[in-house]
Amino acid sequence: MAATDELVVLEEEKQEDLWSGGQRPFKASYGKLMMWYFLLSDAFTFAGFLIAYGALRFSSPTWPVPDFVFQTAPFGLHGLPLIFVTFMSFLLILSSVTMVRAVQEGQRYNKRGVIFWMLLTIIGGAGFLGCQAWEWNNLIGTEGMTVWTNPFSAHTEEGTYLKNEDLAAIPALTKKDDGHGGVYFEDARGNHYYEKIDHYGTSFAKDEKLKSFKAGDPYLITYHHGEYQYGAYKDTAGNLKMESYGPKGFGALFFIITGFHGFHVFSGVAFLLIILINVASGLYEKRKNEYEMVEKIGLYWHFVDLVWVFVFLAFYLL
Amino acid sequence: MGHDYNKAKKLVFRGMWLLAAVTLVEVAVSLFGKGHLGINPEGIGFEMFGTFVNPILILVGLALIVLSIYKAYFIIYEFMHMGHEVRGLRMSVLLPVLLLVWAVIAFFQEGNSWEERRSQINDFNQIKVEDVRQAPPSNNGGTK
Repeated sequence: MAATDELVVLEEEKQEDLWSGGQRPFKASYGKLMMWYFLLSDAFTFAGFLIAYGALRFSSPTWPVPDFVFQTAPFGLHGLPLIFVTFMSFLLILSSVTMVRAVQEGQRYNKRGVIFWMLLTIIGGAGFLGCQAWEWNNLIGTEGMTVWTNPFSAHTEEGTYLKNEDLAAIPALTKKDDGHGGVYFEDARGNHYYEKIDHYGTSFAKDEKLKSFKAGDPYLITYHHGEYQYGAYKDTAGNLKMESYGPKGFGALFFIITGFHGFHVFSGVAFLLIILINVASGLYEKRKNEYEMVEKIGLYWHFVDLVWVFVFLAFYLL
Repeated sequence: MGHDYNKAKKLVFRGMWLLAAVTLVEVAVSLFGKGHLGINPEGIGFEMFGTFVNPILILVGLALIVLSIYKAYFIIYEFMHMGHEVRGLRMSVLLPVLLLVWAVIAFFQEGNSWEERRSQINDFNQIKVEDVRQAPPSNNGGTK
């Protein structure tokens, strides 16, 4: 009994010693610990953004359907829902794996190994950034989504798209030249009605399959020559209507959240490059702390991958 | 040391395949939910407490969230070595994240309530009221 009491006392003294200075109670260096707390605070920033996205999405009667918005890939590929962004996710996962390998080689003081795996990590990160640049360029330049405008929406009613001939037959509309070899029709209020032709040149109104739609079907207002061409349609009662913009917050949320994440990837690549140069110069070899700097940037890099898991979930999967 | 190193190396590549596989499953589940894999689960369901409930889409959403959280756990515990850290460090980083659970519940509830208010106002705007008041009294004396 007395022996146990003594042990308890000893244990308590040890605990007190642990926090009385001169050693690391969490068995981690100051730098590594602060990296963890920085990442925690960063997680809250991202969580704030993503929760705002969720709240606004819940508050909207319609929301752009991700498998419709994100179905384009480079080299003219189209109609492949989520495929390009899945590839981007793989790139980020791969670069996370190579980062773990770099840290492992650092713990064995294998300089060449660290350089090799860090280089692969940087290539993965740069590749991801390149893909994101392409995605943004496609969304902004080709499809016309910006921070202020969201041409992606969904129909709230059944209807049929109207051809130019149909529109010309409506007396309330005046035919106008759009200055690019096409025409549009204007009503007394100044609204512009177009025959629905997407930016690949497919006419929806002339296609038997494409011309009618149901409530809930997604659509994209065609963006051509820097102008939005609102497709004209008639509803089941025969009223003339036109496509309208989707929830405005979508564009702003998309560009701010993926932009903030992309900025993290960008600064990660920059720091990886700096640390790579320091590794090559032999700086961390001399510090004799198992390449701790590589481990710290590794933590940051995995965090960027971690955030992408949730950005991917919110914007693309759900 | 050499043995441990080889084991750790293997674990890393096992992790890579695991994360890639989970991501593929997620994409497949998401596309299934949107009706791209043959069957369209849209419209299946029943009425409950005045709202339409689609059990398949709820399961799809839940599966996606659970798989994402599993990926997050794997990245934190295996790639960031959180599993090898001292308990105090683990708790001081992970416990604060639990606060977000309430943030998610509260803000999503709030968003939902905005939507309800908005559609309520929309409905009220559609109401056409017939003016049943009597003609206003003739203005004599100029009071008011």
